[in-house]
Amino acid sequence: MPKPFITSSIGRKYVMAVTGLILFGFVIVHMLGNLQIFLGQEALNAYAEHLEDFGALLWIARGILLTALVAHMISALSLAIENKNARPIPYAVQDTVQASFASRTMVMTGLIIFAFVIFHLAHLTFGKIHPEVYSLMDAKGRHDLYSVVILGFQDYRVAGTYVLAMFFLCLHLSHGISSLFQSLGLNNVKTQPVFKTAAKLIALLIFIGNCSIPMASLFGVLKPAGGF
Amino acid sequence: MKLKLRVWRQKNSTDRGRLAEYNVDNISEHMSFLEMLDVVNESLAGQGIEPIAFDSDCREGICGMCSLVINGIPHGPERGTATCQLHMRKFKDGETITIEPWRAKAFPPVKDLTVDRSAFDRIIQAGGFVSVNTGSAPDANATLIGKNIAETVMDAAACIGCGACVAACKNASAMLFVAAKVSHLALLPQGEVEKKARVENMVARMDAEKFGNCTNQSECQAVCPKEISVEFIARMNREYFKASLSPKSEIKGED
Repeated sequence: MPKPFITSSIGRKYVMAVTGLILFGFVIVHMLGNLQIFLGQEALNAYAEHLEDFGALLWIARGILLTALVAHMISALSLAIENKNARPIPYAVQDTVQASFASRTMVMTGLIIFAFVIFHLAHLTFGKIHPEVYSLMDAKGRHDLYSVVILGFQDYRVAGTYVLAMFFLCLHLSHGISSLFQSLGLNNVKTQPVFKTAAKLIALLIFIGNCSIPMASLFGVLKPAGGF
Repeated sequence: MKLKLRVWRQKNSTDRGRLAEYNVDNISEHMSFLEMLDVVNESLAGQGIEPIAFDSDCREGICGMCSLVINGIPHGPERGTATCQLHMRKFKDGETITIEPWRAKAFPPVKDLTVDRSAFDRIIQAGGFVSVNTGSAPDANATLIGKNIAETVMDAAACIGCGACVAACKNASAMLFVAAKVSHLALLPQGEVEKKARVENMVARMDAEKFGNCTNQSECQAVCPKEISVEFIARMNREYFKASLSPKSEIKGED
């Protein structure tokens, strides 16, 4: 008897693809929101405060993201364990014809991204990395996220961690964005090269966009408000 | 040509196996890879060493029996050919060549370079039957099939079931094989009737045989002697998803 869709090999690939698409959507929105740092202190702090105004909707969104993340990881790990067991005796010599480096390291890059997400939350959501600056307020009495971010990235170790993490995220996305269409069955000979090229291009843009913030902070293009 | 061969030797399915080294000489560059092994075996037999067991049958690239991983690539360095169509001129004089069997839990070793690929047969069996009327042969043009569909179906049906896709996949996944079989029958009016039950039963059998899962690296397509496209995997995923949405079919497969 066929297994339920969701526990079959293909069903779990659908879970990977759908949750991956949700998380990819989040990465895009998150980046666009954060790039407002280049519009100045007022823009970013107002945006951060405005997000909190959504209240219940924000929590629903967070719930969906967390569910997607957990489902993505559970499916990935269950598939990866089966994949590992599917070849008990490894090849003495193994070569590839055309498989990309990214496609062969998805589990590793995924785990690195998960570790980074925890670090990132500790840094800018819970203020555990630089607690001394996290409670800064701006002139209007709002949480001064603008200055907190820039001061945080003036620490080259933090900025370096972010840039490295973005490299792994974008490596993951360079395969994932095109791979998800294949898993969902929305692919054919014509669309394949388009998806592959687009995925790499989008991953590169995300890398540049996200790294611009720590880099601009580290090299003094972005300066914290007030007399720091 | 002079060659140094590193060949996987394994007495039987319970033996641990190891790579043995053989220095061979007087190999013609016009020989096929399997003819080279024949020559090596003759000389091994002469020295009182057990010849190397390997699968082969038609030796013209259509039976799907030959199954060697040569320097880490199933069917060796030549694209779009089976091992039997690979010639020694593709190698350099003095080269070291490592020859291993297909490696997958679902393909248990038999001896040396031969493995048991009956998991593929069980997947085919799980696919069930195709409804055709018995009696006199149908008129050739009674069922019209568009040229595009006929071409796509032929691309899928070119699969010879050698298992190189499984051998090349880093997850030992059989998705390309199953996708080719699912697609070629689902696309034709003769096989369309049972397509939902077929894809569900074949995928269930594939999972039960402990093949790995697809991670869309397309190495299978790259080593396939018939160059079957991973587009069929997308098609199978689509068919499987559609089948899961529809009411359970009356038609039961093998299991």
